[in-house]
Amino acid sequence: MDTTRATSLDPRLYQIATLSALVVLGTLLLRFPIGTPQIALSLAAAVVAQAICSRVWLLPTLDVKSALISGLSLSLLLRVDSPWLVAAAAAIAIGSKFLLRWNGKHVFNPTAFGIAVVVACSERAWISPAQWGSGLTVAFLVACLGGLVVNRAARSDVAYAFAATHALILFARAAWLGDPWTIPLHQLQSGSLLLFTFFMISDPKTTPNARIARILFGAMVAAGAAFVAFILQKSGGPIWSLVALSPLVPILDRILPGLRYEWTRPTAGAPVKGDKHETPAPGPRALPDGLTLGAGRA
Amino acid sequence: MREEDRTVLTMSADFKGDPREFAMVVPVPTVLQRGQIHVGDQAAIDHLDAYTAPRLVEYFDPDPCARVMEERAMPMAMGRASRDAAKSAADALRARALGVTIEASYTVGEYDILLLSAKQSGGLTTWLTENGYKVPPGASRVLRSYLRQGMKFFVAKVNLNEKSRLGFTYLRPLQMAYESSKYMLPIRLGMVNADGPQELFVFALTRTGRVETTNYRTVRLPSDAEIPEFVQEEFGDFYRDMFTRQVLRQSGEAVFLEYAWDMAWCDPCAADPLSREELRGLGVTWLDPPSGDEAAGGRAVRRAPPGGGAQNVFVTRLHVRYDAKHFPEDLTLHETGDRSNFQGRFVIRHAWKGDRDCPGAAEYRRALRRRQAKEAETLADLTGWDMDTIRRKMRWEDGGDGDPDRPRSWWERIWGSR
Repeated sequence: MDTTRATSLDPRLYQIATLSALVVLGTLLLRFPIGTPQIALSLAAAVVAQAICSRVWLLPTLDVKSALISGLSLSLLLRVDSPWLVAAAAAIAIGSKFLLRWNGKHVFNPTAFGIAVVVACSERAWISPAQWGSGLTVAFLVACLGGLVVNRAARSDVAYAFAATHALILFARAAWLGDPWTIPLHQLQSGSLLLFTFFMISDPKTTPNARIARILFGAMVAAGAAFVAFILQKSGGPIWSLVALSPLVPILDRILPGLRYEWTRPTAGAPVKGDKHETPAPGPRALPDGLTLGAGRA
Repeated sequence: MREEDRTVLTMSADFKGDPREFAMVVPVPTVLQRGQIHVGDQAAIDHLDAYTAPRLVEYFDPDPCARVMEERAMPMAMGRASRDAAKSAADALRARALGVTIEASYTVGEYDILLLSAKQSGGLTTWLTENGYKVPPGASRVLRSYLRQGMKFFVAKVNLNEKSRLGFTYLRPLQMAYESSKYMLPIRLGMVNADGPQELFVFALTRTGRVETTNYRTVRLPSDAEIPEFVQEEFGDFYRDMFTRQVLRQSGEAVFLEYAWDMAWCDPCAADPLSREELRGLGVTWLDPPSGDEAAGGRAVRRAPPGGGAQNVFVTRLHVRYDAKHFPEDLTLHETGDRSNFQGRFVIRHAWKGDRDCPGAAEYRRALRRRQAKEAETLADLTGWDMDTIRRKMRWEDGGDGDPDRPRSWWERIWGSR
């Protein structure tokens, strides 16, 4: 895809459409144990939390898109025995964007943080990493749709670095154990893993600003996920790893500075507002720090 | 049983044959002490099996002219896990030369048990072969994988003297208790020399909630479907064919949830809930001391109300049909917070056989006719059985063959088609 050509559409619209399609696919085809009321509650809680926080922090606009993405992601990833835990996770996810900030960026991926807090604090919440099964078709579908979102958001490097390192670790482990290749291949054919790769770790607002730092970060998260899975023997490795390593992002940004991502500049090299002409990318200093157009600060 | 890092694993194999041929090789995370190994009670496992088995529930249609309802549960016993392995004894010196260490050796009940560690899978394979175990080709590779993951091997065979002294005619289940963050079931060794897929039933007793696999999709068995009355006589065949079809529908890659229930109650119960003694025997350690009533009765209250029972045990029954192609890695499990109840159950509704002399009877007859046609379709969909055979076996309301599209001849309308 030609990344120098930007569209005026916010990439989050694509993301919302894709996540919605996956929610429909999951509930209808794969029978995820989530009902419409739970999805509605998750979305409503996220939007209300966003509205309250926007009010408290005196933001000029209400960023509904961000809240919807968090609500949809929670519906896809978090499993609960009581629907209120989903509402709690949504509130924590949105709240973390406003409260846990460093140098003008939120530290944690909101959904990952919301899930981690709720799962760590309640016995009634969990992650079902195998819920998508290993059916190639579904995995492929998720990958394709995810790829679209990543390309829109122009932060595919972190996703590819994570995926490549993760695959490398799994294959190296299999080689060391003498396992057949079917084992790492099976481990890679996970819808949840693809979802994480293309929708969570690639979230441009919480990844390091410089490309080299993003690649490093992706590789570190993959190593952390392997540690959680094979040493701690816990499920949900990628999410735990991402949350645990996110505080390193501000440090990476300091060591390796780069241009901060803004949703309204969907591709790294494009001009600011809806300009479809090929224009040379502005340098890091060409834009004032924290410039956003219409999307609010979070 | 699983509670935090504690596991009590009870293994019951459907071994039928000469006990001299029996042997079991199971990778374990730690070297077990004598006290961590136990011979369990087969009756408790059979009880758990009966309590959790997919069931057929019968409802009797009320008199269309009056109002009554009756309900009964029919337990169906299923088969159980099969596991492959090898056979025989020990020689410490030779073992050391091969890099095999006999960490411990115990006789527990009718079993001789060895705990082995090894430096190389080749040495272990040679040792097993020299000691009379039939090690299938390909097993060495799997053994190596377990060794590199730091696991030990639990090797059990039958001590014939002890077996005849104890007087058991069957092999009792072996139990082991250990502490490890690993929550997995090793299935790879069993697949090495298996011809065709193997069946495994996993019964998990936990405190928090349902257990599911984390590396294979856990799918609920179809439940609550209404099927024709005649299935009552062939529920075993129905269940087998229905399960086979569900496995195919999931491309052979899913683990099936057959039962998930809070042990405090059941409705309807296919069997009484397990007693505290039985649960304790299976490793449940967290139950409060029994109250006076229960201690006297020895059994849990049948159909206690939700939340009111004292047995804080959640039971999950998983059913897996696995082969190396679809299940390349061992099953890893985790406990979820899900306490919602689920049972694989199928419903048959008996038609009202009594008098039908009232204005409502004609409508009842029409509704019954539609219901039977739907039941036949459901059955065909669930099992893949031939629709013509199903139609022939059904007791149709109008005595016909169930094809609603075929015009009835005038004599069929008088006497039916059979």
